[in-house]
Amino acid sequence: MTKAFLPLTILAAAMFGYAPIMIANAPFESTMGLVQKIFYFHAPSWFVMFAGAFICGIASFMFLFRGSRAADQYAVAGAEIATIFGLIGMVTGPLWGRKAWGVWWQWDARLTLAMIVWLTFIAYLLLRRYGGPGSNKLAAGVGLFGAANIPFVYLSVNWWRTIHPKTSVVPTLGPGMRGTFWFCVAAFMVLMTLVLAVRVRLERGKAQLDELYLSLED
Amino acid sequence: MVRFFETVWLVTRKDFVIEVRSREILYTTLFFAVSCVLVFAFGFVRDGRPVEDAAAGILWIAIAFSGTLALGRAFERERQSETLRALLMAPVDRAALYVGKLTGVLLLLGAVEVLVVPMVALMFQAPLFRHPLLLAGLLVAGTIGFAAVGTLFAAMLGRARSRDVLLPVLLYPITIPVIIAGVRGTAVLLQTDVDVPMARAWLAMLGFFDVVFITLALWTFEPVMTE
Amino acid sequence: MVRQREVRRRVGRFVRTLFLVLVLGLVPTGSAEGGIPQPPAPAAQEGFVPVDQLPPDEQLPAAPLLIAAYAVAWLAVFGYLWSVWQRLSRVEREIAEVSRRIEAGARR
Repeated sequence: MTKAFLPLTILAAAMFGYAPIMIANAPFESTMGLVQKIFYFHAPSWFVMFAGAFICGIASFMFLFRGSRAADQYAVAGAEIATIFGLIGMVTGPLWGRKAWGVWWQWDARLTLAMIVWLTFIAYLLLRRYGGPGSNKLAAGVGLFGAANIPFVYLSVNWWRTIHPKTSVVPTLGPGMRGTFWFCVAAFMVLMTLVLAVRVRLERGKAQLDELYLSLED
Repeated sequence: MVRFFETVWLVTRKDFVIEVRSREILYTTLFFAVSCVLVFAFGFVRDGRPVEDAAAGILWIAIAFSGTLALGRAFERERQSETLRALLMAPVDRAALYVGKLTGVLLLLGAVEVLVVPMVALMFQAPLFRHPLLLAGLLVAGTIGFAAVGTLFAAMLGRARSRDVLLPVLLYPITIPVIIAGVRGTAVLLQTDVDVPMARAWLAMLGFFDVVFITLALWTFEPVMTE
Repeated sequence: MVRQREVRRRVGRFVRTLFLVLVLGLVPTGSAEGGIPQPPAPAAQEGFVPVDQLPPDEQLPAAPLLIAAYAVAWLAVFGYLWSVWQRLSRVEREIAEVSRRIEAGARR
């Protein structure tokens, strides 16, 4: 993964450098106007949050049942990605909603789902941070349950309420907008891979350091 | 299989006997649930009349809060006398230990609900008992779902630092589907003409949640509890 | 040659948009806070209230919101990457140091 650092960084930088130009040039959406352009970073950040949650769930499973240390490192990285990109989505969303809906927050199904999943992975990180020794195994349980919980949260909040623009908005975007949107999604995915690689590298470094200290004491 | 249920029975009986002797957790949890309901009354009663649908929410929040308290206490007791470690060292099925602890917690929460449900019905003029079977179903399925996740988390937090604050922090986001389904299902029962299919749908969701999460918990209890 | 002109045209358009965005962002921030926040229209329960149907004092200038959103996104990403990078270089420095000490101990 380390060898991929440089190309990934260059690719991410290039894509994020070009994204604003594409966004600025994309056609204006007819009803929402300028504020709709938040969407190009808002939606991809949620995609990345769910991808991070998914990575954390799978990695937690691998750690619990296969005992793979590397999986544990991917699980932390996944949870941190979910938290950071969830934060971006959580801040950009209300800024859009204030203009489009007239309120900062709505108890809509998708918003609630995103918030609950986000909170789950913040809780995961809190456990790892404050749980003391051995908390990585406990956190793996939380990661697994948190990921397994997503369909239930989705279902329950959907039965509860719905006003967010549907996912079906994406295919109805005008041609200029659709290209920009998918470009931004791709840029965010590249960024996520980079962050994941760096974060796993950090975790591996920490593990290596612990081993070195142990061998120093011997 | 017989041995599995034997272990479950032994663990449950152990908890039951200890609790019957001191009644510490039962009394404190009951009093906590009652004071919860009381505190909510100040928020959701206007001009002497409760806000519409408030009863369902109050009931489930009281259950969730007192459930968290009971879970914490139940495992704190095990931790203080190192009995959980002893149980884990015994040559028995880990899953059976989990089911035994879960049964104990369920019995305790059942006792709390027997008091709190009529209390909410009386104090908030909520016609909860028009569909007693559906209500009982929602309560049983919801409590099982909440306790299934809670027992696993409380057990694994037994050896973690700051466990008493981490338990609700971890438990509530994951049990939100249970809370939503419980509250909405109960609220349906409180409407003037009850939408029975809707209540059944919420009940079905709770049942599905229970099956998935008990299976997952049985599965993860062993690796999580192995140090 | 044609492509170069195309690129220049695009960059020019971007700069103009950026300028517009910045100007929009600096001027009307006052009115964004000035409007009395009204409770959401009941229709909001069903779907969108199209922006152009809201009363004029409800219509916020979009640019500050847009700029704030992108600023937060960039800050969060860069802040996080920077912090991970810092921690990574610290850990790697420490690894190098400890392995040097181990080597020194082995030689002795």
